[in-house]
Amino acid sequence: MCWIVFRHFSKILLLWRGVLLFVLLGVTATAERAHIAVASNFKPAVEELKRSFEEQTGHEIIISSGSTAKLYSQIRFGAPFDVFLSADHLHPQQLADENLAIRNSAATYAIGRLTLWSRSVEIANISELADTSIRRIAIATPLGAPYGVAAQEMLAYNGLDATVSDKLVVGESIGQAFAFVHSGNADIGIVSLSLVLQLNEGERGYRWDVPDGSYSPIEQQAILLLKGANNEAAETFLAYLISPEARDIIESYGYTTP
Amino acid sequence: MSIPDLTALWLTLRLATVTTILLLLIGTPLAWWLSQTKSRAKPFLEAVVALPLVLPPTVLGFYLLVAMSPNAPLGRVWMLATGDTLSFSFAGLVLGSMIYSLPFMVQPLQTAFETTGKSAMEAAASLGAAPIDAFFSVAAPLAARGFLTASVLSFAHTLGEFGVVLMIGGNIPDRTRVVSIEIYEHVETLNYSDANALSIILIGFSFIVLTAVYTFNRKQAVHVS
Repeated sequence: MCWIVFRHFSKILLLWRGVLLFVLLGVTATAERAHIAVASNFKPAVEELKRSFEEQTGHEIIISSGSTAKLYSQIRFGAPFDVFLSADHLHPQQLADENLAIRNSAATYAIGRLTLWSRSVEIANISELADTSIRRIAIATPLGAPYGVAAQEMLAYNGLDATVSDKLVVGESIGQAFAFVHSGNADIGIVSLSLVLQLNEGERGYRWDVPDGSYSPIEQQAILLLKGANNEAAETFLAYLISPEARDIIESYGYTTP
Repeated sequence: MSIPDLTALWLTLRLATVTTILLLLIGTPLAWWLSQTKSRAKPFLEAVVALPLVLPPTVLGFYLLVAMSPNAPLGRVWMLATGDTLSFSFAGLVLGSMIYSLPFMVQPLQTAFETTGKSAMEAAASLGAAPIDAFFSVAAPLAARGFLTASVLSFAHTLGEFGVVLMIGGNIPDRTRVVSIEIYEHVETLNYSDANALSIILIGFSFIVLTAVYTFNRKQAVHVS
């Protein structure tokens, strides 16, 4: 019995030495790790950016995605994020006001575009949303989700907000609104173009890109958070995000860049 | 603290009431069968009933979302019958809640039937009562505490439902925006005073209901012994 315990003990000791060695090596290496909070519309794009960034720099990126509003409130409550890729410019600015982010690090990395998207209905005109054959229109919540705010603005601009209000189903993020349409539960979604473009050609169904000018530009800003202030990986990633290479990637996901 | 909008609270109470009543209708025969059967299928059925206890709501929400889509048989039949999708509807939430709260109805009932049913039913049968008559005049009254516990737990569990509704509800006022979703939204939009007010109402309400049940159970126990 004693012998068994001892054997295990020596095994544990060996394991600990391994862990210690690993930690020491990790500290001496220059590669760092940055934890990035990203609005769910940008998740597909950031996955690709992460791959090429990690390959080039050796830094490691960890991604958490969610609705802008949720990530914002998590950051306020001390979530361990180094960089925030918001779907708007308001939330990063607010974090800077609250001294939780470095104001002069804020940069617009993408300008989002809205599209009407359906898997079953061809859409030629915005007014078709009022058609009785359209039962459910998915949007992100206008309380907090930037694409939801833009969708609501666009409906109001076209004088449709009252007409279609009964048909709206509201996702907590643009990702959920997108899933409502993708799973066939909603006929049409007012979603971000980027989410539609990530699908295979065969799955894209029908879409009608909403003209600019019927909603305020969705300026997606990135900002360095206080927790990431001395994190080289975080700073390098922010710089990479506005590099020509990153821009090309971002544009291929249906955004425009400044 | 201002008085928050109570629409979501009423909707939640309606959902919990409808769910509990329907679960009583379905759960009673199921629990009775489970309590009496010697079938080999019993453990499998018990496991199925208990599944919602251990599965994350996301699993349930995911499959419900898929099943309720008009592309799937269930969703299509519903669409043909009502002209509306089952997802994002009150009926959809009721279905989701019934699955989600099923073990809370069936398990206490089954236990109650197992402890009181057998000998009493045999006595009733020997006095010439038909099985249905014996159930309603003997077994069911004896299991009154089981019925109360099962109903209150199902009701309370539905009040506390969040994940499933978040996934299939679509956050529609007075139809699918239940109080847990409303609180979540208040927190998301930093409206802490309303989130707080609704939460306190929910805590108070749940506390009173549970206390009432435990008090009643204790009184009953004294009478019985």
